Amino acid sequence: MKTRNDEYLKTLPESLLNRRDFLRLMGASIALAGLSSCNLRQPVEQIIPYVSQPENLTPAVPLFYATAMTHGGYALGLLVESHEFRPTKVEGNPLHPASLGASDVFAQASVLSLYDPDRSKDVLQNGRITTYEDFLVDLRQNLAKQKSKNGAGLRILTENITSPTLAFQINNLLKDFPNTVWHQYEPVNRDNEREGSILAFGEPLETIYKFDQADVILSLDADFFLESPGRVRYARDFSKKRRVRKGESTQMNRLYSVECSPTITGSFADHRLALKASEIENFTRNLVGVLSNNSNSPLDAKTQKFINALAKDLTENQGKSIVTAGTNQPPSVHAAAHALNEQLGNVGKTVFYTEAVQANSVNNLESLRPLVADMNGGKVEMLAIVGGNPVYNSPSDFQFAESLNKVAWKTHLSLYEDETSARCNWHIPSTHELETWSDARAFDGTVSIIQPLIAPLYNGKSAHEFLAAFTDNYSVSSYEIVQNFWKNPSGNQSNASGKNQNSENTNSNVNQQNGGNPNSANSNVNSQSSENQNTNSAQNIQTNTNQAANNSNQMPPKGGTQNAFEQNWQQFLRNGIVANTAFQPKQVTAKADFTNQRPKTEDQRPNSIEINFRPDPSIYDGRYSNNGWLQELPKPLTKLTWDNAVLMNANLAKKLDLNQEVAGTGGSHGQTIADVVELKFNGETLKAPAFIIEGHADDAVTIYLGYGRTNAGEVGNGAGFNAYALRNSGAMWFGENLEIAKTGETFSLACTQAHHSMEGREIVRHAKLSEYEKNPKFAKREADDPAKQISLYPGWEYNGHAWGISIDTSICNGCNACVAACQAENNIPVVGKEEVLRAREMHWIRVDTYYENDGEDIQTLHQPVICQHCENAPCEYVCPPGATTHSTEGLNEMTYNRCIGTRYCSNNCPYKVRRFNFFGYSDYETPVVQLQRNPEVTIRSRGVMEKCTYCVQRIQSAKINAETEGRELGDGEILTACQQACPTQAIIFGDKNDKNSQVAKLKAEPTDYGLLADLNTRPRTTYLATITNPNEEIEKG
Amino acid sequence: MKKQNLNEHRFFKPSANEITRLFIFIFLVVLVGGSWAATKIFESPYITRQNIVEQQPIPFSHKHHVGEEGIDCRYCHTSVEKSAYAGMPPTQTCINCHSQIYTTSPMLDPVRASFKSGEPIHWTRVHNLQNFVYFNHSIHVAKGVGCASCHGQIDQMDLTYQAAPLTMEWCLSCHREPQMQVRPREEVFNMEYQKPENQAQLGAELVKKYQIKDAQTLTNCSTCHR
Repeated sequence: MKTRNDEYLKTLPESLLNRRDFLRLMGASIALAGLSSCNLRQPVEQIIPYVSQPENLTPAVPLFYATAMTHGGYALGLLVESHEFRPTKVEGNPLHPASLGASDVFAQASVLSLYDPDRSKDVLQNGRITTYEDFLVDLRQNLAKQKSKNGAGLRILTENITSPTLAFQINNLLKDFPNTVWHQYEPVNRDNEREGSILAFGEPLETIYKFDQADVILSLDADFFLESPGRVRYARDFSKKRRVRKGESTQMNRLYSVECSPTITGSFADHRLALKASEIENFTRNLVGVLSNNSNSPLDAKTQKFINALAKDLTENQGKSIVTAGTNQPPSVHAAAHALNEQLGNVGKTVFYTEAVQANSVNNLESLRPLVADMNGGKVEMLAIVGGNPVYNSPSDFQFAESLNKVAWKTHLSLYEDETSARCNWHIPSTHELETWSDARAFDGTVSIIQPLIAPLYNGKSAHEFLAAFTDNYSVSSYEIVQNFWKNPSGNQSNASGKNQNSENTNSNVNQQNGGNPNSANSNVNSQSSENQNTNSAQNIQTNTNQAANNSNQMPPKGGTQNAFEQNWQQFLRNGIVANTAFQPKQVTAKADFTNQRPKTEDQRPNSIEINFRPDPSIYDGRYSNNGWLQELPKPLTKLTWDNAVLMNANLAKKLDLNQEVAGTGGSHGQTIADVVELKFNGETLKAPAFIIEGHADDAVTIYLGYGRTNAGEVGNGAGFNAYALRNSGAMWFGENLEIAKTGETFSLACTQAHHSMEGREIVRHAKLSEYEKNPKFAKREADDPAKQISLYPGWEYNGHAWGISIDTSICNGCNACVAACQAENNIPVVGKEEVLRAREMHWIRVDTYYENDGEDIQTLHQPVICQHCENAPCEYVCPPGATTHSTEGLNEMTYNRCIGTRYCSNNCPYKVRRFNFFGYSDYETPVVQLQRNPEVTIRSRGVMEKCTYCVQRIQSAKINAETEGRELGDGEILTACQQACPTQAIIFGDKNDKNSQVAKLKAEPTDYGLLADLNTRPRTTYLATITNPNEEIEKG
Repeated sequence: MKKQNLNEHRFFKPSANEITRLFIFIFLVVLVGGSWAATKIFESPYITRQNIVEQQPIPFSHKHHVGEEGIDCRYCHTSVEKSAYAGMPPTQTCINCHSQIYTTSPMLDPVRASFKSGEPIHWTRVHNLQNFVYFNHSIHVAKGVGCASCHGQIDQMDLTYQAAPLTMEWCLSCHREPQMQVRPREEVFNMEYQKPENQAQLGAELVKKYQIKDAQTLTNCSTCHR
């Protein structure tokens, strides 16, 4: 971005040049350009070998390490590709229960955050650069004062923590300072789930769903594909019952979604009912009423019909259904969902309850409230903020920033110098999760050890080291802390919760216990090891024994116990999970009182307008603000980039006299000129553009959190509008009485698909299950199969491999994981909002969204579009230098070094999948950014066309591996980046000449069709038409 | 009068025809000659760096180590059979022998200094392909392309230089006719190996035996460019 902006003068004064001078200058510059191009010699380069080469390293062969990343505290298991100990690409860990090999946008983009040049690099005291040692001195002086009053003035504020080691450390710290309080706050928290569980069961429990066992699913504003901690796994499980294949049972699950703001989960639904978030409670009560044959409050006919049909469907599928409520719904809806699941016999079959995954389950809001009160009351003398950004994202009525000013000594550990760091005395740079040792639990409780892929780039401190600074053993490394904990996890955990322990420091405590009691958990792990080892060798997982950071501190094996532990530890690292740590399901009974409650009769649709706050699908709560990949990722459904907007449906927009114009810069994509509205909510105001989205509930608006940052970094600053300004503790997720008014101003939104109409072409094909059963070939068209000889060029027999991709649109939920994965794998640059406005985004995959029907009854259809690798590729005929050609295996190849940038190919491509480097988008200069690049893919410079290559670098490397080993390539050996990331396995790549390959079988399905195949392009990428499973009782009209 | 006037005001004199012909001729000569010259310049060792000995921190002699001592290529270039990159020996590899022999040789000062300080030796790259070319050693070794086929008689080089032009045309000459270059796998590391007289016939057999792809596949753009 920077390079491009500095490249040209913005304007040239008119008087500076007359025509004659201009021609003279041009002549000179052409001559100079000619001269400079004579510098044809390769620059002299150096080879710098190791002094002593690491043992398990083969130069230029990547290694894969198992680790995990946390998101909202919950772990997702990862396999990270490392080129000469430089992490370049993140994949899901196939052995991890939350991942099963797939990943999401946050995991894919985490590697960019690691190398973010805007990351905090220095320890700051009141904004001045100083050293960590100075911090330790200052800390110890202040701690000494606290020691005498048992830490009464000390407070610790963390985000949600599932790390057993970190919780153990904090609990030990609380033993040293008995009057210290540990607060936890996350803006996108799961308080409602927690309180709902307490309502229903009297204790905070985690709900685990088995979507692969469920036939009928009801989502009460729950976006379980995006917001749930088990989102990746749930998407996989859910998709298992969405595949309709020839010769197999046509049984499909059915998803009912009742939601306010359109979500990717709702876009999957067979039946979607758009209700205001506040009406969902009433809806639930009515559903409970129908299911227990109680009379109901009158509802409108449409909703009543929906409820009746839904109730019937749920009753018929007892034990095979799921009712799930969203993070934003109040506890009563969660309690009702629990009661319904119990009533329907789902508990123990599709719904399971386990103990809370959070190490110390608290209500986030109620945990932050007393801290603010204490700060205002002057009771807080020292505040340690471990991660998070409360100044930016705490409820607006808490006035956190002002309260913070009343604290004398405050320190903040974070990845960036953010809004909170700016208001603290001390800022300590944090390590990225790919730089440190730690551990974390997944949605089902499974523990993963987080291992570093690279030594800390900027001398950051991990949360473990930061908290250790508060003990006497302040110089201990994360590695020692985590490993010592796992030497005796059960003992450590019980000690941590026990009250009558002596207050010894962390390390000596652990070492003592390590003496002679090998515990049962470890021996369990051992018995499984041989089995796991076999699985792993195929995946080339290497343990991180020799090279990782901090390893110099590794303890030498001593006795037998030590060796046994060392073996287990290697196993933990190799597999990426600590075996048998998933929580066992609990037997619980819901309190019966909710089910019998009569619906509230006064709950009529209020006339006011409702505001909804949702985490952003790309940058979440704002923590990923400075990640260019995520900022530029077109958000599901809206396809907005770089901004958030006030989302509303067309009815409300009409009422407010709002317009949304698609400006002509990029055809149907690029610039959307939106009217700016002023939102007034509980005394706070915010101006933001309004964006019209299909399927939003009437009289309600949604705004995504996470934007409007001021201290995010170069990428995140100034993007979007800060919705936290409106969010208060009384309306964390939604609230009534929003005042909204048109301001008359307009704002340009960068939107990559502003037009969701197919214009009469059959781009996405869709049928209901009943129609498929009558005519499985509903997606076939005669025109799609023009005679082969209609071509000016002679035909070609593909005798070797014939690569192809099959994309099942039935199970694509539009989550964008493929787009982010592609960007990471193929060195795709970020272009910035200005360029997206000109429709110059560079993503090789776009996920198009189309709607069937109008208004609230929309059926959303997602279609990922990549290069179709046409056998009769229109782009190839028109390329003057022959830079895009066809391979003998059917790939439409793009040879960058031949491309002269005529853009004829892009003009002639009917799918519009080619991307042109209008400027030098790739950053060649910032050193740390170079580390992220995939060395197997050329970095494209200005004036070069690029597009999806089917990950040709992966094809070539797999072919070379197979051929050097003298064997045939197996099916599934090559995974394209999009395929590997896809949570639902909607994308399948393979050799279509191999009759037994997955892709050949999918292409033989009756629902297979080619996109715009009537143009005789003979695309190698084909789609399986969407099949939905609506309930006929609602359908009948 | 009228005629004269016309002649006087004629813009092109009769000689213009000749001048035009001359210019067209010169233009053609410059075009053809220029193209020819450009081609020659492109192929010249100045551009390709063929046969040019680069300055190295240590005057390492392949002739001594390979030709005279008979050390196998793979002793130092360890990953040539399993990776794209043949591998440059770490300082440790040099020290394996040079902790015993030539322990005081001033020529080896940089090696000892590197081993002592942990600072790697900075060699000048001799074979330098463009960054958009993805050459893979392991597959060439596996398919029976000898080291000497590209690197020349390295066992006779006192100082290492690039023996082949490494132009795309040169690469393609073999990718188009692999049977003219391949040798039995067991001869890959043999520096003395000479092409037999029946290379075309033997090559064709080897191409079949090693399942070397047809010329069309070998010359796919993505074989080398990604």
